[in-house]
Amino acid sequence: MKAVYFAWVRERIGKTEEEISPPADVRTAGDLIVWLSAQGEEYAYAFENPKVIRVALDRAHVKHDAPLGDAREAAFFPPMTGG
Amino acid sequence: MTPTVRVQAEDFDAAAEAARLTQSRTDIGAVVTFAGLCRDEGGRLAALELEHYPGMAEEEIGRVVAQAAARWPLQGLTVIHRYGKIAPGAQIVLVVTASSHRVAAFEAATFLMDYLKTRAPFWKKEHHKDGTSGDWVEAKDEDDAAAERWVG
Repeated sequence: MKAVYFAWVRERIGKTEEEISPPADVRTAGDLIVWLSAQGEEYAYAFENPKVIRVALDRAHVKHDAPLGDAREAAFFPPMTGG
Repeated sequence: MTPTVRVQAEDFDAAAEAARLTQSRTDIGAVVTFAGLCRDEGGRLAALELEHYPGMAEEEIGRVVAQAAARWPLQGLTVIHRYGKIAPGAQIVLVVTASSHRVAAFEAATFLMDYLKTRAPFWKKEHHKDGTSGDWVEAKDEDDAAAERWVG
């Protein structure tokens, strides 16, 4: 699946997007955050406070306990500050 | 009623957008136009840079707009949100609501802004006058509280 990052999550990881292949036991959006956190120092830094991280699956907001299902795009970002 | 949603780098003309909603109609009694501008935060800011999630920004605003249209009797609805570097004094966001009566137009406009702030995937970064690139603006608890009051 494709992972995309925004704002300070993007800056900390140092990438806009990438292809990721999480193992089968990664079932929810929250699992994905935990798995990504272990992919290197920059990921650990970006996800050091997982509670503040927002997730969107296929461009719709989801909670951390949402199943990944067959989502093709997972986005990670801080709380939004538009408007 | 077909709402208009645009996510763009370019500036917009608030008066022209409002006029477009009422053009050749006689059933609209109230138009509320809200424009959100970039503040200089006491002279400290040179610009705000707005990052957005292309695709999702349009879709999420569309979902919020659909909720507003389902909740209030609106005859016209326009939302425009800009991205990119925006200087103090310049416009960031526009909401225009048109209805037969003022309460629906006011409430829908407030609801839309409250929801856009907490749900639309945009993030603001500060650029300072001294040339340094500053921090990401932090989300405010009072914005969440403002959105929460529409629930139920």
